[in-house]
Amino acid sequence: MSSALVAPVVNAPASAGMRVAWLAALLLALALLGLALGASVGSTGFDSLLRARHDPAAWQIVWDIRLPRTLGAWLAGALLGLAGAVAQGLFRNPLADPFLLGSASGAALAVALVFAVLGAGGMVGGGASSAALAQLASPVLARLGFTGAAFVGALAGVLLALVLAHGVQQTLRLLLAGVIVGYVLGAVRDLVQLANPDVLVAMQGFTLGVTGFVGWGACALMAAVLAPLVLAAWAMARVLDALALGEATAHSLGLPLAPLRALLIGVLALATGAAVAQTGLIGFVGLVAPHLARSLARCTHGPLLLLATLVGGLLLMAADIAARVLIAPQELPVGVLTAVLGGFYLLWLMHRRTQPDAGT
Amino acid sequence: MAPDASPSIAVSARLSVARIGKRQILHEIDLQLAAGRWSAVVGPNGAGKSTLLRVLAGLLSCDGRVLLLGRPLADWPGRERARCLAWLGQQEGGGEDLRAWDVAMLGRLPHRAWLAPPTAEDQAVVAQALRAAQAWELRERRLAELSGGERQRVLLARLLAVQARVLLMDEPLAHLDPPHQADWLATVRALVAAGATVVSVLHELNMALQADDIVVVRAGRIAHHGAATDAATHQALQAAFDGRIAIRQVGDDWVALPRAGAREAA
Repeated sequence: MSSALVAPVVNAPASAGMRVAWLAALLLALALLGLALGASVGSTGFDSLLRARHDPAAWQIVWDIRLPRTLGAWLAGALLGLAGAVAQGLFRNPLADPFLLGSASGAALAVALVFAVLGAGGMVGGGASSAALAQLASPVLARLGFTGAAFVGALAGVLLALVLAHGVQQTLRLLLAGVIVGYVLGAVRDLVQLANPDVLVAMQGFTLGVTGFVGWGACALMAAVLAPLVLAAWAMARVLDALALGEATAHSLGLPLAPLRALLIGVLALATGAAVAQTGLIGFVGLVAPHLARSLARCTHGPLLLLATLVGGLLLMAADIAARVLIAPQELPVGVLTAVLGGFYLLWLMHRRTQPDAGT
Repeated sequence: MAPDASPSIAVSARLSVARIGKRQILHEIDLQLAAGRWSAVVGPNGAGKSTLLRVLAGLLSCDGRVLLLGRPLADWPGRERARCLAWLGQQEGGGEDLRAWDVAMLGRLPHRAWLAPPTAEDQAVVAQALRAAQAWELRERRLAELSGGERQRVLLARLLAVQARVLLMDEPLAHLDPPHQADWLATVRALVAAGATVVSVLHELNMALQADDIVVVRAGRIAHHGAATDAATHQALQAAFDGRIAIRQVGDDWVALPRAGAREAA
């Protein structure tokens, strides 16, 4: 066939690689800046940072509270950004969200059940609740902890969606199954809360999203999950590129779609579950981060996954810092902030998309 | 069974039924498409043309057997099959954020090792394909920025970049203006001259009459399969469209003309 075509002089378009590398470096630099800022901001202001070397209490505030929560916000945001980019590529839908496959509702139900079983109303978040649980709960639940429950619940939600969809073969069916699981598990959670009104206050923190209780252990866990997931997703990025043109095209290109799709769903579920387990339900980061990444660079899914991860991390880190500053010394729930900012961004995006396009 | 190095039949299908969901679309198909020829699949709307092409591409399972170069399609390893048989779907959507260059480069996936970056050969082939599809100037633009016809040319470039021996195209002329339809015709003829086999579902009967062979599909069955210049093929075509078209010779070419008032007469 090739002889049928005229031999060309290759003049390939400039690769997006350099631009992506610069952007990634910039986003990482901003994250480091954010980490420094996050260590400085809190109810005691810069004072703790200045006294940290000599004052054990100030050191504890900076090292044990501010730094891990700031880094934890970045890691959770990065996980959600990665999950969002995978979800939007996999479902070929720019409005796909990492919480679509039932992971959020599964995690929320699991946490509500743990609260209800333990009667531990008033506790929020993973770190604090885990410590309290060790004193309160049965041995199994104590080992599991709230973070573990959220993680298991997220995975169970995804598995339920997969069972209802009869596997990963049909994307639309899977999407619908995720929506159904979301509604049903949400209704069960409402029933649990109705039967145990004490749970409501504790669940509020989880459903609004909380970064305040993230400790070094949670950071280590999220980092340990994030690194291999980014690599795995990047390795499968060309599958997302091919899927962008439809399943028939991807199949015709010789890609073993079923196992690759299952792996991508595994990445999506693990990334979402790990983030939700540590910080609760923080909305819009996973939805908005891939859009922002796309607006930064025109690229294929390989670079996009990396950029969406970095943008997601920066977004949630910035939101966490803003949540501490805006009504200091009180704190806003970070999930409320991301929802408001994300909503406005999508509104702007919608407005921009309705303008006349370049296509003719 | 290894694929025949130079088989006379590129693709064949013998099946009792093919379904989409529970609905039977194709019935009793026995079709052999010659290698190194251009076959056009035509028929009324809903006749089963696209379904037939999907069955030939292995995208839709059926009760029967499809052979590619003499070897059962199901026996081909995925990547090997993808290097041999290329597919262009009907009005492929999506991929709006991908640049035309990246879309054409997807055609090289069956040739590239997993995680390997594009080689110089990949880049040369993609550039060649984009030029052949008159889409070279679009290479930096995202699909979202292209018109329907421009998008179709980029998708055609992706198909050509596979460098397959058998090319299946479902309505490849959708959105193309007449000059670009002529370019497509020249590309197909060049492909066939180079030994490739092209099978295309077409609604443009005048273009289909330029093919080597025509497969007429009607109500899920092969109504006729013959040379595009045969009188029997022309009669089958006219019958498939209920006599509402007439095939006439103009110079060296055959053309299909609509017959106004034929519906009332029928």
